[in-house]
Amino acid sequence: MLAAFIIVFREVIEAGLVVGVVLAATRGLAGRSGYVAGGILAGFLGACLVAAFAGGIADLFEGSGQEALNATVLFVAVVMLVWHNAWMASHGRELARSLKAVGEEVKAGRRSLMALAIVCAVAVLREGSEVVLFLYGVAAAGQTTATGIIGGGLIGIAGGAVVSALLYFGLVAIPLRYLFGVLTALITLLAAGLAAQAVRFLAQGGWLNDWVTPLWDTSGILSEASLPGRVAHVLFGYASQPSASELAAYLAVIAVMLLVRWFVGQEGGSPRKPMQASS
Amino acid sequence: MTALLRSAALSLCVAAVAAPALAADVPTFEVTLKDHKFSPSEIEVPANQRFQIKLTNADATADEFDSTDLRVEKVVGGGQTGVIRVQPLVPGRYQFMGEYHAATARGIVTAK
Repeated sequence: MLAAFIIVFREVIEAGLVVGVVLAATRGLAGRSGYVAGGILAGFLGACLVAAFAGGIADLFEGSGQEALNATVLFVAVVMLVWHNAWMASHGRELARSLKAVGEEVKAGRRSLMALAIVCAVAVLREGSEVVLFLYGVAAAGQTTATGIIGGGLIGIAGGAVVSALLYFGLVAIPLRYLFGVLTALITLLAAGLAAQAVRFLAQGGWLNDWVTPLWDTSGILSEASLPGRVAHVLFGYASQPSASELAAYLAVIAVMLLVRWFVGQEGGSPRKPMQASS
Repeated sequence: MTALLRSAALSLCVAAVAAPALAADVPTFEVTLKDHKFSPSEIEVPANQRFQIKLTNADATADEFDSTDLRVEKVVGGGQTGVIRVQPLVPGRYQFMGEYHAATARGIVTAK
């Protein structure tokens, strides 16, 4: 029961923090609950599929299928977060003035909502498949009674949900005029951290062989295995032993985010105008 | 920006198509997971050199080879074999575990 709790709690926190940020970022957008719930559901179904075909996936790309899948979905999430921040840059101010999204903005908002729903789906997919494999393994091995597993799993989900809810309510308690800035920064770091993780999977899969040794080690100060370390890992991309390639990916995403905001700002945030300056 | 994203996506595709290099010519250490215990549970590897751990999961259920020290995580299904690539290490001791059975599945890599 304790084992089930620890693992489920850990994975739910990782996915839940992402969902918490997405919920805070979409506050006031019409129909956001449907999108977020849909993203979580899609992620959960995907997690079951990944767990069911884990063996087949692992055999792809000479045994590096798992790394390829992880890196790919992480990059997808990064692109979606960049997209969302671009959208926030042009609509954030209007949204800050009135929390009611109408007309043209609802349409643009839907596309951004879809992007964020995909981010939720990816987060749940990655962490969920591990939970499914673990719980299936415990159940199949019959180590604990079914009630023990279910009990531990449920408490884990509840505990993870509480931490995510704390983040959400902490974020929405921020005064509106600062909220968009905070969320933009948070989403930027979230995306940067995901890109760094993706690069680590590329190295683990054998596609990246340079710039892979750790630059420094801060695990003595903040261990990634600890709860604060994990939270920092998810929210800010904290890594105790980052390699040069991970650091480069991290900084590159921050640079791209800043550039995107600059381009969108140049266009004066007109919602009708497509982002031509960037292509 | 789009160009940047596009080139990133392209390089990812190229990376995905190209077979992982160096799979054969790096030192490989075989480890078996049985009854949720690693054997050998301690392996000695050369420092400052890339190596890989070939993990055979002899148990019926999946486990995740997980190590913050080695900076790797990989699920290996029951009855399956997985290769875990580890980047060059400075001399020292590095812990790893089977995350799904962390009470018993524990081991140490010593880099010399």
